[in-house]
Amino acid sequence: MQAFVDGLIAAGWFAALPTQVVYALAMLLAGALVLFVFIRLVAGSTTWVERRIWARIHSRVGPNRVGPQGVLQWLTDGIKLFMKEDLVPAAADARLFRLAPYVVLMGFVATFAVIPFGSRLVIAEMDAGLLFVLTVTSLIVVGILMAGWASNNKWSLIGGIRAAAQIVSYEIPAGLSILPIVLMAGTLNLQELIRQQGWAPWEWYVFANPFAFAAFFLFFTAALAEGNRTPFDLPEAESELVACFVTEYSGVRDLMFFLVEWGNLYVIGALVTTMFLGGWNAPVLSNSVAVQTVVEFLVFFAKAYFWVFVAIWIRATLPRVRVDQLMSICWKYLVPIAFANAVAMAVWVLVFPSGQPAVAAVMTALGGALIVAFFARVAFHLRRARVRSRQRLTLSPFA
Amino acid sequence: MGTIHYFAKLAATCRTVFDGMAITFSHLMRKPVTTQYPDRMDVRVQDTLPYRYRGMLEVDLEICTGCLACERACPIDCIVIDAKKDKEAGGIVMTRFDIDMAKCMYCGLCSEPCPTGSIHHTPEFEGADYSLESLVHRFIDEPVLAFKPKKGVEPDPAIAPLLERGTRYLAEFAAPAAPATKPAPKEAPSGSDDAAG
Ligand code: SF4
Ligand code: SF4
Repeated sequence: MQAFVDGLIAAGWFAALPTQVVYALAMLLAGALVLFVFIRLVAGSTTWVERRIWARIHSRVGPNRVGPQGVLQWLTDGIKLFMKEDLVPAAADARLFRLAPYVVLMGFVATFAVIPFGSRLVIAEMDAGLLFVLTVTSLIVVGILMAGWASNNKWSLIGGIRAAAQIVSYEIPAGLSILPIVLMAGTLNLQELIRQQGWAPWEWYVFANPFAFAAFFLFFTAALAEGNRTPFDLPEAESELVACFVTEYSGVRDLMFFLVEWGNLYVIGALVTTMFLGGWNAPVLSNSVAVQTVVEFLVFFAKAYFWVFVAIWIRATLPRVRVDQLMSICWKYLVPIAFANAVAMAVWVLVFPSGQPAVAAVMTALGGALIVAFFARVAFHLRRARVRSRQRLTLSPFA
Repeated sequence: MGTIHYFAKLAATCRTVFDGMAITFSHLMRKPVTTQYPDRMDVRVQDTLPYRYRGMLEVDLEICTGCLACERACPIDCIVIDAKKDKEAGGIVMTRFDIDMAKCMYCGLCSEPCPTGSIHHTPEFEGADYSLESLVHRFIDEPVLAFKPKKGVEPDPAIAPLLERGTRYLAEFAAPAAPATKPAPKEAPSGSDDAAG
């Protein structure tokens, strides 16, 4: 993006303004665009997608009344929340209470500064991009703790503490499973990471070697836990904690927490796509820069959104774990395995500094076999459904 | 916790998550079983209900004899009937037949003693309304002459089907309690003998 602005400056636009001001304005504009157009749309429509998918998995229909098939449901929900009274409990620490949602939102939105949308569509190409993402997302913990403490409500407080404990713990396996990729790529720059991979699956890092493959699952699990998603959604265990740190919130502030929750899914998907799945790499379809940019954006978005779908699907599948189980999963399983994995990867990189195409091919075949096995299993369950409960089958998403 | 146990647990986790995800994914391809009441259905729910369903009450005034049996049977006095013998008109003249559906508990006691099956339940159950007053169903606007059962087959083609429906209803719905009152004309004669005796 900086190149684009530089081009405009060189072409004689904004001649009256100092360059720094032009940069600042460009950043503001890009930030506003990302925030108001992209995040709103993605987080909003994800609420609808999520509810529809759950509904199908529960053999229900889901929201289908507002707009065609209910696609505008999220808008009406948003408008409803906007019109709710913005309450601050009498015993709450009003200033902290009001500030908390902004801190959470900030920690989430800041990640979009480095998350790419295409080879040319990125707000800031930062050399320490990966580190930046890990760092700013920690701001969310601060906001959650603030919200939990300031609400002056025991459920909020327990929820806030749980969330903090969980996020801080899972940061370690997440970091340790990013490490193998960093070792392999030798860079923290998200764009550079993507450039090193190709569009074909056997060029993706996930299939580069067994350790990257393991790191992929470790990272996705840890990221789910960091995003407070099921099966690790203990902070918002409704049956125990009402609504956790959002218990006392209403109206727009409540909306912000929800925006972060659903938007975070996309961030997880984007990170997974960037580090493991080849990012925006697409076969060259056209000489036109604009068309190729659109193709890249679509490729990236499709990959990232697929992981949003997976997270929703996991949420409809797995039960919530207990607090002690949560901690034992992290400290007894994820951390040691991720650590061993990182060490193994270091050795691998030492032995094969420039990769092993044969291993990559085998891993890709293995991944393909896993997917085939999965669909065979799905077909088995479908056959059983037809025989046992005579359930009618359909491929239409809107049946 | 032995090493084998540790890895066995890990393997079990992977296996069960894999299979669980396959089950839920297979559900994405199954048709939802939801019935989208009330507007997106192939048939109205009312039409699918059984004949003996006790929904809102309905009175076929054309075959009501003005005997007040239903008014007396109702345990909570939902039914109010004004009926008077009128020599000039040649029978019983009814001026009012109100049923307060807000009070009604759908017990069916009123429809059992009715001699003609005039008062009966329908499968209609959508009784939601904006005021209690509008739940009082008024079946008579202006005074009407009550129905007089004739010997033999009913000659009036407009009334015959109503009577037919009424007797069928009674036979199905109120048969066990029949001896208490004079049953419908087409009922078994032994019952009417007992009542007379
Ligand atoms: S159904 Fe029962 S409560 Fe209702 S009017 Fe008849 S006798 Fe009364
Ligand atoms: S019992 Fe039947 S015939 Fe008698 S008044 Fe009631 S509705 Fe009319």
